[in-house]
Amino acid sequence: MTAFLQVLADAASQGSLYALSALGIGLIFGIMRLVNFAHGEFIMIGAYMLMLSAAPYVPLAILATLAAVILLALLTERIAFRPVRRANPTTLLVTSFAVSFFLQYLFVLIEGARPKGFDFLSSLAEPFVIGEVRVPKLNIVTIGITLVLLAALAFFLKRTHFGIQMRAAALNFRMARLLGVKANRIIAVAFAMSGVLAAVVSVLYVAARGELSPVMGLQLALVGFVSTVIGGMGSLLGAVVGGFLVGALTVALQASLPLELRPFREAFVFAIVIVVLLARPRGLFRGREARERV
Amino acid sequence: MARHAIRLAWPFLSLALLLLIVAALGSLAPTVIQRVITEAFIRLVMVIGLYLFVGNSGVLSFGHAAFMMTGAYGAAWLDIPVKSKKIFLKGLPNFLGQAEFPPWLAALCAMGFSGLIALIVGVPLVRLSGLAASIGTFSVLVIVFVVYSNWNEVTNGTSSLIGLPIYVDLWVAYGCAVGAMLAAFLFQNSRLGLALRASREDEVAAKAIGVNVPFSRLVAFVLSAALVALGGILQAHFLGALNVLQFYIGITFITIAMLVVGGTGSLAGAVIGTGAISLVFELLRQLEVGFTVGATEIQLPPGLRELGVAVIMIVILIFRPAGLMAGREIPLPGLFNPSTARAP
Repeated sequence: MTAFLQVLADAASQGSLYALSALGIGLIFGIMRLVNFAHGEFIMIGAYMLMLSAAPYVPLAILATLAAVILLALLTERIAFRPVRRANPTTLLVTSFAVSFFLQYLFVLIEGARPKGFDFLSSLAEPFVIGEVRVPKLNIVTIGITLVLLAALAFFLKRTHFGIQMRAAALNFRMARLLGVKANRIIAVAFAMSGVLAAVVSVLYVAARGELSPVMGLQLALVGFVSTVIGGMGSLLGAVVGGFLVGALTVALQASLPLELRPFREAFVFAIVIVVLLARPRGLFRGREARERV
Repeated sequence: MARHAIRLAWPFLSLALLLLIVAALGSLAPTVIQRVITEAFIRLVMVIGLYLFVGNSGVLSFGHAAFMMTGAYGAAWLDIPVKSKKIFLKGLPNFLGQAEFPPWLAALCAMGFSGLIALIVGVPLVRLSGLAASIGTFSVLVIVFVVYSNWNEVTNGTSSLIGLPIYVDLWVAYGCAVGAMLAAFLFQNSRLGLALRASREDEVAAKAIGVNVPFSRLVAFVLSAALVALGGILQAHFLGALNVLQFYIGITFITIAMLVVGGTGSLAGAVIGTGAISLVFELLRQLEVGFTVGATEIQLPPGLRELGVAVIMIVILIFRPAGLMAGREIPLPGLFNPSTARAP
């Protein structure tokens, strides 16, 4: 029982990070059918920003990181994605792949390819003991922040002006524009929000791992990518559930696989992804507009 | 009659001729440049393999580097000298570990092996379309990469595998590139290839006229995996060393960039794109190595090559989304073309 609770606690915090990454990718996909590979680089650049500004005062550094990543997200949208907005999803995917590579190698150029150690909020690594389950404080912070962000996002989408426009745009972009939703503005808002989500992941991820490198975003983007697909492209609830599922799956495999098979963990995760894709090509929670019309 | 044949085969002949000129000029050039051209030809084999599936089916694959990996390691299992096998590849079964195959046979077997793997993963994957297909193929890449990185007994893990016979030079690479182009050209004009191209334009309409979309995609997938595997085999036997990291995200990006920049819709696009990106890559590599202007030595930091390719790719996607060739083949000169040639 204790072991099970321990796995559950690990899965919840791992899943939180994945769910936040998936949500950042899912938000953009819902509105403009763009699978944003560069989301991982948003996270990576956020982490570097955090390292550069961490010295004097931590809350200030977090604010600077937020601002920098939002700015970056808006810039990439304006420069790279807006001109190809009308293209088909595959072209958009290739564009984001190129943007991701560009940002990654820009930081290889500036910072070098080697990972750098960065001690950030390491006091949060101390465990918090409940009964016999030991949970690092950071994991509780991660889960807490995720829940707060999810609640805030739900409120934003259901209750605010922009949120309602955004849901309308996700449902049927052309119809929403006919009814007066400004395309540029609503897409910019979506990118800014994905920037916020990416920055939060940067902070939590760096605090957990204590190191950063230009390729660190890749794994998170992949997981986010996979989670949105499993959850159902275009469904935000699906992205969140997908993120938690992949997190749970990763932790469960880590705990249950025999030792000699553990290095192959990712292979099992991606094999399960293929199985889900085959069984439900549109994901577990199908977005309302995901069906192709003839 | 002869004119008719030339007209039909022109898209292939023109490109083979173009490459022949490049190869002939290259053979006169210093060794360094010969190596650059050889590498470009090897990349071309990979890109044409990718084109055979992506160009004809319209489904973007992120997973083809997996077949380079299975091909390169498959050939290495067969043709590395026995005494190296005893050091690096202890886990090979006896009939492989004790034997040493001639390189050409090893290459053929490895291509067949990769084709077989493509057939196995392809049967379910070709039923997917659009983004789901891209992600499915990507998952295959991750699985193959993770397995080969950790299966130490037969791949030497993430360490390099050395001692492969080096037999690839300019002309071997040229021959393989032309062979790959011929295969792609014959496929795209075959009944099955045309059916597949129809499904690329409109999947529903193609189904309505009786095209078996999954089957034609599967055939293209297996053929393209075998060609891409040949690219991996050539690269391994050009460098004489093999590492799992050679066949992951980096090469996936480069080959897709080459195809997209040239244009996914035609064989000429694959060739021109490979040529253009290889040229830029080489120029930027010179900058990374360093050069002198007057008395100051200028050396730019590593990472510049990938950065440059990414910029070119974004610019092409924005201003010329169909690629440099925009789906066209190289036009026939007036001499053979009845619509423009004057009557005698």
